[in-house]
Amino acid sequence: MNKYKKITLDGLIYQNPTFMLVLGTCPTLGLISSAFSSLGMGLTVLVILTLSNILISLLRKIIPNEVRIPCYIVIIATLVTFARMFLEKFVPDLYESLGGFLALIVVNCIILGRAEAFANKHTVLESTVDGLANGLGFTAAITVMGIICEFFGNGSLFGFKIMEFKMSMLATPAGAFLVYGICIAVFVYIIDAIERAKRVKVNKLSRENLLKEAA
Amino acid sequence: MATFIAIVLAAVLTNNFITVKTYGICPFLGVSKKSSSALGMGVAVTVVMVLATLVTYPIYTYVMVPLGIDFLEIIFFIFIIASLVQMLEVVIRKISPSLYNAMGVYLPLITTNCAVLGVAELVIGDMTSILGEGVAMNIGWAALYSLFAGLGFTLVMLIMSGMREKLNYYKTPKAITGFPIAMVTACFICMAFTVFSYI
Repeated sequence: MNKYKKITLDGLIYQNPTFMLVLGTCPTLGLISSAFSSLGMGLTVLVILTLSNILISLLRKIIPNEVRIPCYIVIIATLVTFARMFLEKFVPDLYESLGGFLALIVVNCIILGRAEAFANKHTVLESTVDGLANGLGFTAAITVMGIICEFFGNGSLFGFKIMEFKMSMLATPAGAFLVYGICIAVFVYIIDAIERAKRVKVNKLSRENLLKEAA
Repeated sequence: MATFIAIVLAAVLTNNFITVKTYGICPFLGVSKKSSSALGMGVAVTVVMVLATLVTYPIYTYVMVPLGIDFLEIIFFIFIIASLVQMLEVVIRKISPSLYNAMGVYLPLITTNCAVLGVAELVIGDMTSILGEGVAMNIGWAALYSLFAGLGFTLVMLIMSGMREKLNYYKTPKAITGFPIAMVTACFICMAFTVFSYI
Protein backbone atom coordinates (compact mmCIF):
# COMPACT_ATOMS: atom_id res chain seq x y z
CA MET A 1 0.00 0.00 0.00
CA ASN A 2 2.85 2.31 0.93
CA LYS A 3 4.31 1.84 -2.57
CA TYR A 4 1.15 3.15 -4.27
CA LYS A 5 0.98 6.10 -1.88
CA LYS A 6 4.54 7.04 -2.81
CA ILE A 7 3.80 6.76 -6.57
CA THR A 8 0.72 8.94 -6.17
CA LEU A 9 2.47 11.61 -4.09
CA ASP A 10 5.43 11.66 -6.52
CA GLY A 11 3.17 12.20 -9.52
CA LEU A 12 0.97 14.78 -7.84
CA ILE A 13 3.50 16.84 -5.88
CA TYR A 14 7.17 15.90 -5.54
CA GLN A 15 7.69 15.15 -9.24
CA ASN A 16 4.76 17.11 -10.61
CA PRO A 17 5.33 17.10 -14.39
CA THR A 18 4.34 20.74 -14.84
CA PHE A 19 5.91 22.48 -11.84
CA MET A 20 8.84 20.31 -10.74
CA LEU A 21 10.02 18.69 -13.99
CA VAL A 22 8.75 21.45 -16.37
CA LEU A 23 7.64 18.99 -19.07
CA GLY A 24 4.91 19.44 -21.65
CA THR A 25 5.32 23.21 -21.67
CA CYS A 26 4.02 23.94 -25.18
CA PRO A 27 0.34 23.04 -24.63
CA THR A 28 0.49 24.54 -21.13
CA LEU A 29 1.66 27.93 -22.35
CA GLY A 30 -0.53 27.86 -25.43
CA LEU A 31 -3.81 27.03 -23.70
CA ILE A 32 -3.81 28.61 -20.23
CA SER A 33 -5.46 31.78 -21.52
CA SER A 34 -8.77 29.92 -21.14
CA ALA A 35 -9.74 27.71 -18.18
CA PHE A 36 -12.06 25.55 -20.32
CA SER A 37 -9.46 24.59 -22.88
CA SER A 38 -6.77 23.99 -20.25
CA LEU A 39 -9.08 21.67 -18.30
CA GLY A 40 -9.95 19.88 -21.54
CA MET A 41 -6.28 19.50 -22.42
CA GLY A 42 -5.50 18.19 -18.94
CA LEU A 43 -8.25 15.56 -19.08
CA THR A 44 -7.27 14.47 -22.61
CA VAL A 45 -3.64 14.02 -21.52
CA LEU A 46 -4.81 12.19 -18.36
CA VAL A 47 -6.74 9.62 -20.42
CA ILE A 48 -4.03 9.17 -23.05
CA LEU A 49 -1.26 8.94 -20.43
CA THR A 50 -3.10 6.30 -18.40
CA LEU A 51 -3.97 4.20 -21.47
CA SER A 52 -0.44 4.43 -22.90
CA ASN A 53 1.06 3.49 -19.52
CA ILE A 54 -1.25 0.44 -19.32
CA LEU A 55 -0.51 -0.68 -22.91
CA ILE A 56 3.26 -0.16 -22.65
CA SER A 57 3.43 -1.92 -19.33
CA LEU A 58 1.42 -4.86 -20.75
CA LEU A 59 3.77 -5.08 -23.75
CA ARG A 60 7.01 -4.40 -21.85
CA LYS A 61 8.26 -8.02 -22.15
CA ILE A 62 7.38 -8.25 -25.88
CA ILE A 63 8.85 -4.97 -27.17
CA PRO A 64 12.55 -5.42 -28.03
CA ASN A 65 14.80 -2.99 -26.18
CA GLU A 66 16.49 -1.61 -29.33
CA VAL A 67 13.32 -0.36 -31.04
CA ARG A 68 11.34 0.59 -27.96
CA ILE A 69 11.06 4.34 -28.69
CA PRO A 70 9.42 3.91 -32.16
CA CYS A 71 7.05 1.34 -30.62
CA TYR A 72 6.05 3.77 -27.86
CA ILE A 73 5.54 6.54 -30.41
CA VAL A 74 3.25 4.35 -32.53
CA ILE A 75 1.16 3.41 -29.48
CA ILE A 76 0.88 7.06 -28.39
CA ALA A 77 0.14 8.32 -31.93
CA THR A 78 -2.64 5.76 -32.30
CA LEU A 79 -4.19 6.82 -28.99
CA VAL A 80 -3.96 10.49 -30.00
CA THR A 81 -5.65 9.74 -33.33
CA PHE A 82 -8.50 8.02 -31.47
CA ALA A 83 -8.78 10.94 -29.04
CA ARG A 84 -8.90 13.40 -31.93
CA MET A 85 -11.73 11.51 -33.66
CA PHE A 86 -13.63 11.16 -30.38
CA LEU A 87 -13.37 14.88 -29.54
CA GLU A 88 -14.25 15.96 -33.10
CA LYS A 89 -17.42 13.86 -32.97
CA PHE A 90 -18.63 14.34 -29.40
CA VAL A 91 -17.08 17.56 -28.03
CA PRO A 92 -16.63 19.84 -31.07
CA ASP A 93 -16.27 22.97 -28.86
CA LEU A 94 -13.21 21.54 -27.17
CA TYR A 95 -11.85 20.25 -30.50
CA GLU A 96 -12.00 23.79 -31.88
CA SER A 97 -10.37 25.43 -28.87
CA LEU A 98 -7.50 22.92 -28.61
CA GLY A 99 -6.62 23.47 -32.27
CA GLY A 100 -3.14 22.33 -33.27
CA PHE A 101 -2.18 21.30 -29.75
CA LEU A 102 -4.35 18.18 -29.96
CA ALA A 103 -2.05 16.61 -32.57
CA LEU A 104 0.98 17.81 -30.62
CA ILE A 105 0.09 15.55 -27.66
CA VAL A 106 2.15 12.93 -29.57
CA VAL A 107 5.35 14.86 -28.86
CA ASN A 108 4.31 15.81 -25.32
CA CYS A 109 7.35 14.88 -23.20
CA ILE A 110 5.22 13.82 -20.21
CA ILE A 111 3.73 10.79 -21.98
CA LEU A 112 6.94 9.53 -23.59
CA GLY A 113 8.83 10.36 -20.41
CA ARG A 114 6.54 8.25 -18.19
CA ALA A 115 6.65 5.40 -20.71
CA GLU A 116 10.44 5.44 -20.74
CA ALA A 117 11.04 6.15 -17.05
CA PHE A 118 8.26 4.14 -15.41
CA ALA A 119 5.90 1.99 -17.49
CA ASN A 120 8.56 -0.18 -19.13
CA LYS A 121 9.89 -1.49 -15.81
CA HIS A 122 6.80 -1.72 -13.58
CA THR A 123 3.68 -3.88 -13.32
CA VAL A 124 0.39 -2.93 -14.95
CA LEU A 125 -1.26 -1.84 -11.70
CA GLU A 126 1.65 0.36 -10.67
CA SER A 127 1.80 1.92 -14.14
CA THR A 128 -1.93 2.66 -14.05
CA VAL A 129 -1.59 4.43 -10.70
CA ASP A 130 1.43 6.32 -12.00
CA GLY A 131 -0.40 7.41 -15.15
CA LEU A 132 -3.42 8.58 -13.16
CA ALA A 133 -1.28 10.44 -10.62
CA ASN A 134 0.86 12.21 -13.21
CA GLY A 135 -2.16 13.01 -15.37
CA LEU A 136 -4.00 14.45 -12.37
CA GLY A 137 -0.92 16.46 -11.40
CA PHE A 138 -0.74 17.90 -14.91
CA THR A 139 -4.51 18.57 -15.03
CA ALA A 140 -4.52 20.29 -11.64
CA ALA A 141 -1.54 22.48 -12.48
CA ILE A 142 -2.75 23.54 -15.94
CA THR A 143 -6.31 24.18 -14.67
CA VAL A 144 -5.13 26.33 -11.76
CA MET A 145 -3.02 28.43 -14.13
CA GLY A 146 -5.88 28.56 -16.62
CA ILE A 147 -8.21 29.90 -13.92
CA ILE A 148 -5.67 32.56 -12.85
CA CYS A 149 -5.01 33.67 -16.44
CA GLU A 150 -8.66 33.76 -17.48
CA PHE A 151 -9.87 35.47 -14.29
CA PHE A 152 -7.36 38.32 -14.42
CA GLY A 153 -6.90 38.42 -18.18
CA ASN A 154 -10.52 38.29 -19.26
CA GLY A 155 -12.60 38.84 -16.12
CA SER A 156 -14.40 35.51 -16.58
CA LEU A 157 -14.27 31.91 -15.37
CA PHE A 158 -14.94 28.97 -17.74
CA GLY A 159 -16.57 31.46 -20.11
CA PHE A 160 -18.89 33.09 -17.54
CA LYS A 161 -18.48 36.83 -17.09
CA ILE A 162 -17.59 37.74 -13.50
CA MET A 163 -16.15 41.24 -13.46
CA GLU A 164 -15.49 44.14 -15.79
CA PHE A 165 -11.87 44.70 -14.77
CA LYS A 166 -9.31 42.93 -16.96
CA MET A 167 -5.60 42.94 -17.77
CA SER A 168 -5.56 41.71 -21.36
CA MET A 169 -1.81 41.11 -21.21
CA LEU A 170 -2.38 38.02 -19.05
CA ALA A 171 -4.46 36.40 -21.80
CA THR A 172 -1.56 36.57 -24.29
CA PRO A 173 1.50 34.22 -24.48
CA ALA A 174 3.51 36.87 -22.58
CA GLY A 175 1.11 36.64 -19.64
CA ALA A 176 1.16 32.85 -19.87
CA PHE A 177 4.96 32.85 -19.47
CA LEU A 178 4.70 35.26 -16.52
CA VAL A 179 2.00 33.27 -14.69
CA TYR A 180 3.78 29.95 -15.34
CA GLY A 181 7.09 31.31 -14.02
CA ILE A 182 5.52 32.76 -10.88
CA CYS A 183 3.51 29.57 -10.24
CA ILE A 184 6.69 27.43 -10.44
CA ALA A 185 8.48 29.78 -8.04
CA VAL A 186 5.60 29.71 -5.51
CA PHE A 187 5.24 25.92 -5.77
CA VAL A 188 8.97 25.31 -5.28
CA TYR A 189 9.04 27.75 -2.36
CA ILE A 190 6.12 26.02 -0.58
CA ILE A 191 7.63 22.54 -1.08
CA ASP A 192 10.98 23.80 0.23
CA ALA A 193 9.34 25.37 3.27
CA ILE A 194 7.48 22.14 4.10
CA GLU A 195 10.65 20.07 3.71
CA ARG A 196 12.57 22.47 5.94
CA ALA A 197 9.88 22.36 8.62
CA LYS A 198 10.00 18.54 8.53
CA ARG A 199 13.77 18.49 8.84
CA VAL A 200 13.72 20.87 11.82
CA LYS A 201 11.16 18.63 13.55
CA VAL A 202 13.27 15.50 12.98
CA ASN A 203 16.40 17.26 14.24
CA LYS A 204 14.57 18.40 17.36
CA LEU A 205 13.27 14.88 18.05
CA SER A 206 16.69 13.30 17.65
CA ARG A 207 18.28 15.92 19.90
CA GLU A 208 15.68 15.27 22.60
CA ASN A 209 16.33 11.53 22.31
CA LEU A 210 20.07 12.11 22.67
CA LEU A 211 19.52 14.28 25.73
CA LYS A 212 17.27 11.59 27.27
CA GLU A 213 19.88 8.92 26.64
CA ALA A 214 22.58 11.11 28.15
CA ALA A 215 20.46 11.67 31.21
CA MET B 1 5.66 38.95 -54.49
CA ALA B 2 2.98 40.20 -52.08
CA THR B 3 2.42 36.62 -50.93
CA PHE B 4 6.17 36.17 -50.44
CA ILE B 5 6.40 39.24 -48.19
CA ALA B 6 3.24 38.24 -46.31
CA ILE B 7 4.64 34.77 -45.60
CA VAL B 8 8.03 36.11 -44.47
CA LEU B 9 6.51 38.72 -42.14
CA ALA B 10 3.96 36.28 -40.73
CA ALA B 11 6.42 33.47 -40.15
CA VAL B 12 9.21 35.53 -38.58
CA LEU B 13 7.35 38.25 -36.68
CA THR B 14 3.56 38.25 -36.39
CA ASN B 15 3.11 34.48 -36.06
CA ASN B 16 6.47 33.68 -34.52
CA PHE B 17 6.54 30.04 -33.38
CA ILE B 18 7.84 30.67 -29.87
CA THR B 19 6.37 34.00 -28.86
CA VAL B 20 2.93 33.80 -30.47
CA LYS B 21 2.14 30.13 -31.14
CA THR B 22 4.18 28.75 -28.20
CA TYR B 23 5.52 25.79 -30.20
CA GLY B 24 8.97 24.40 -29.41
CA ILE B 25 9.23 25.69 -25.84
CA CYS B 26 11.28 22.72 -24.53
CA PRO B 27 14.44 23.57 -26.55
CA PHE B 28 13.72 27.27 -26.03
CA LEU B 29 14.03 26.85 -22.25
CA GLY B 30 16.44 23.93 -22.21
CA VAL B 31 19.15 24.87 -24.73
CA SER B 32 19.19 28.66 -24.40
CA LYS B 33 21.84 28.98 -21.69
CA LYS B 34 24.66 29.72 -24.17
CA SER B 35 24.50 31.63 -27.47
CA SER B 36 26.53 29.01 -29.37
CA SER B 37 24.25 26.11 -28.39
CA ALA B 38 21.16 28.24 -29.05
CA LEU B 39 22.41 28.99 -32.57
CA GLY B 40 23.22 25.30 -33.18
CA MET B 41 19.78 24.19 -32.03
CA GLY B 42 18.06 26.88 -34.07
CA VAL B 43 19.87 25.93 -37.28
CA ALA B 44 19.25 22.21 -36.71
CA VAL B 45 15.54 22.83 -36.12
CA THR B 46 15.28 25.01 -39.23
CA VAL B 47 16.92 22.35 -41.45
CA VAL B 48 14.68 19.59 -40.09
CA MET B 49 11.56 21.75 -40.42
CA VAL B 50 12.20 22.51 -44.11
CA LEU B 51 13.05 18.88 -44.92
CA ALA B 52 10.04 17.59 -42.98
CA THR B 53 7.67 19.95 -44.82
CA LEU B 54 9.21 19.02 -48.19
CA VAL B 55 8.48 15.34 -47.46
CA THR B 56 5.20 15.43 -45.53
CA TYR B 57 3.34 17.97 -47.69
CA PRO B 58 3.52 15.99 -50.99
CA ILE B 59 2.86 12.70 -49.21
CA TYR B 60 -0.24 14.17 -47.57
CA THR B 61 -1.61 15.91 -50.70
CA TYR B 62 -0.75 13.35 -53.38
CA VAL B 63 -0.86 10.03 -51.52
CA MET B 64 -2.90 10.18 -48.34
CA VAL B 65 -5.81 12.38 -49.45
CA PRO B 66 -6.51 10.46 -52.73
CA LEU B 67 -6.34 7.16 -50.85
CA GLY B 68 -8.65 8.47 -48.13
CA ILE B 69 -6.23 7.73 -45.28
CA ASP B 70 -5.71 11.34 -44.21
CA PHE B 71 -6.95 10.49 -40.70
CA LEU B 72 -3.64 8.65 -40.17
CA GLU B 73 -1.66 11.87 -40.60
CA ILE B 74 -0.29 11.99 -37.04
CA ILE B 75 1.16 8.48 -37.19
CA PHE B 76 2.63 9.02 -40.68
CA PHE B 77 4.09 12.42 -39.87
CA ILE B 78 5.78 11.42 -36.64
CA PHE B 79 7.32 8.40 -38.37
CA ILE B 80 8.55 10.49 -41.31
CA ILE B 81 10.08 13.06 -38.94
CA ALA B 82 11.75 10.42 -36.75
CA SER B 83 13.30 8.60 -39.72
CA LEU B 84 14.31 11.90 -41.35
CA VAL B 85 16.18 12.94 -38.23
CA GLN B 86 17.94 9.58 -38.07
CA MET B 87 18.93 9.80 -41.77
CA LEU B 88 20.12 13.37 -41.40
CA GLU B 89 22.30 12.33 -38.47
CA VAL B 90 23.97 9.56 -40.50
CA VAL B 91 24.46 11.82 -43.55
CA ILE B 92 25.96 14.69 -41.57
CA ARG B 93 28.32 12.35 -39.72
CA LYS B 94 29.52 10.97 -43.07
CA ILE B 95 29.88 14.29 -44.93
CA SER B 96 31.17 16.67 -42.30
CA PRO B 97 32.37 15.39 -38.89
CA SER B 98 32.97 18.95 -37.62
CA LEU B 99 29.39 19.96 -38.39
CA TYR B 100 28.27 16.73 -36.73
CA ASN B 101 30.19 17.66 -33.59
CA ALA B 102 28.57 21.09 -33.53
CA MET B 103 25.02 20.01 -34.40
CA GLY B 104 24.87 16.28 -33.69
CA VAL B 105 23.89 16.45 -30.03
CA TYR B 106 20.76 18.44 -30.82
CA LEU B 107 19.51 16.19 -33.60
CA PRO B 108 17.95 13.35 -31.55
CA LEU B 109 16.13 15.94 -29.42
CA ILE B 110 14.41 17.36 -32.48
CA THR B 111 12.16 14.33 -33.03
CA THR B 112 10.12 15.30 -29.99
CA ASN B 113 10.15 19.01 -30.81
CA CYS B 114 6.64 20.40 -31.21
CA ALA B 115 7.80 22.94 -33.79
CA VAL B 116 8.59 20.31 -36.45
CA LEU B 117 5.33 18.37 -36.14
CA GLY B 118 3.54 21.70 -35.66
CA VAL B 119 4.72 23.14 -38.97
CA ALA B 120 3.89 19.91 -40.80
CA GLU B 121 0.35 20.08 -39.40
CA LEU B 122 0.01 23.82 -40.04
CA VAL B 123 0.83 23.79 -43.75
CA ILE B 124 -1.76 21.12 -44.50
CA GLY B 125 -4.41 23.06 -42.59
CA ASP B 126 -6.19 26.30 -43.40
CA MET B 127 -3.58 28.97 -44.28
CA THR B 128 -5.79 31.62 -45.96
CA SER B 129 -5.22 34.14 -43.18
CA ILE B 130 -1.50 34.19 -44.00
CA LEU B 131 -1.50 33.64 -47.76
CA GLY B 132 -4.38 36.02 -48.50
CA GLU B 133 -7.58 35.28 -50.42
CA GLY B 134 -7.37 33.41 -53.69
CA VAL B 135 -3.80 32.14 -53.34
CA ALA B 136 -3.62 28.37 -53.45
CA MET B 137 -1.25 26.56 -51.12
CA ASN B 138 1.52 24.65 -52.84
CA ILE B 139 4.74 22.97 -51.85
CA GLY B 140 6.84 26.07 -52.59
CA TRP B 141 4.88 28.28 -50.19
CA ALA B 142 4.88 25.46 -47.63
CA ALA B 143 8.68 25.13 -47.75
CA LEU B 144 9.11 28.92 -47.64
CA TYR B 145 6.82 29.20 -44.63
CA SER B 146 8.68 26.49 -42.74
CA LEU B 147 12.08 28.01 -43.62
CA PHE B 148 11.13 31.42 -42.26
CA ALA B 149 9.32 29.94 -39.26
CA GLY B 150 12.59 28.18 -38.45
CA LEU B 151 14.54 31.42 -38.85
CA GLY B 152 12.09 33.18 -36.53
CA PHE B 153 12.62 30.36 -34.02
CA THR B 154 16.41 30.84 -34.27
CA LEU B 155 16.05 34.61 -33.82
CA VAL B 156 14.10 34.25 -30.57
CA MET B 157 16.50 31.54 -29.33
CA LEU B 158 19.43 33.93 -29.88
CA ILE B 159 17.73 36.86 -28.11
CA MET B 160 16.83 34.60 -25.19
CA SER B 161 20.35 33.14 -24.87
CA GLY B 162 21.86 36.64 -24.89
CA MET B 163 19.58 37.70 -22.06
CA ARG B 164 20.27 34.56 -20.05
CA GLU B 165 24.03 35.01 -20.40
CA LYS B 166 23.62 38.48 -18.88
CA LEU B 167 21.33 37.10 -16.14
CA ASN B 168 24.15 34.86 -14.90
CA TYR B 169 25.84 37.93 -13.40
CA TYR B 170 22.95 38.60 -11.03
CA LYS B 171 22.12 36.73 -7.85
CA THR B 172 18.49 35.59 -7.60
CA PRO B 173 16.58 33.99 -4.69
CA LYS B 174 16.66 30.19 -4.65
CA ALA B 175 13.01 29.65 -5.55
CA ILE B 176 13.30 31.87 -8.64
CA THR B 177 16.60 30.51 -9.96
CA GLY B 178 16.39 28.41 -13.11
CA PHE B 179 13.08 28.03 -14.90
CA PRO B 180 11.02 30.78 -13.21
CA ILE B 181 13.47 33.58 -14.04
CA ALA B 182 13.86 32.21 -17.58
CA MET B 183 10.08 32.32 -18.01
CA VAL B 184 9.85 35.89 -16.76
CA THR B 185 12.61 36.80 -19.26
CA ALA B 186 10.63 35.06 -21.99
CA CYS B 187 7.58 37.07 -20.94
CA PHE B 188 9.37 40.31 -21.82
CA ILE B 189 10.52 38.95 -25.19
CA CYS B 190 6.90 37.94 -25.91
CA MET B 191 5.68 41.42 -25.02
CA ALA B 192 8.17 42.91 -27.48
CA PHE B 193 6.94 40.57 -30.19
CA THR B 194 3.28 41.34 -29.43
CA VAL B 195 3.89 44.81 -30.91
CA PHE B 196 4.41 43.22 -34.34
CA SER B 197 0.88 41.81 -34.35
CA TYR B 198 -0.46 45.37 -34.67
CA ILE B 199 1.21 45.80 -38.08
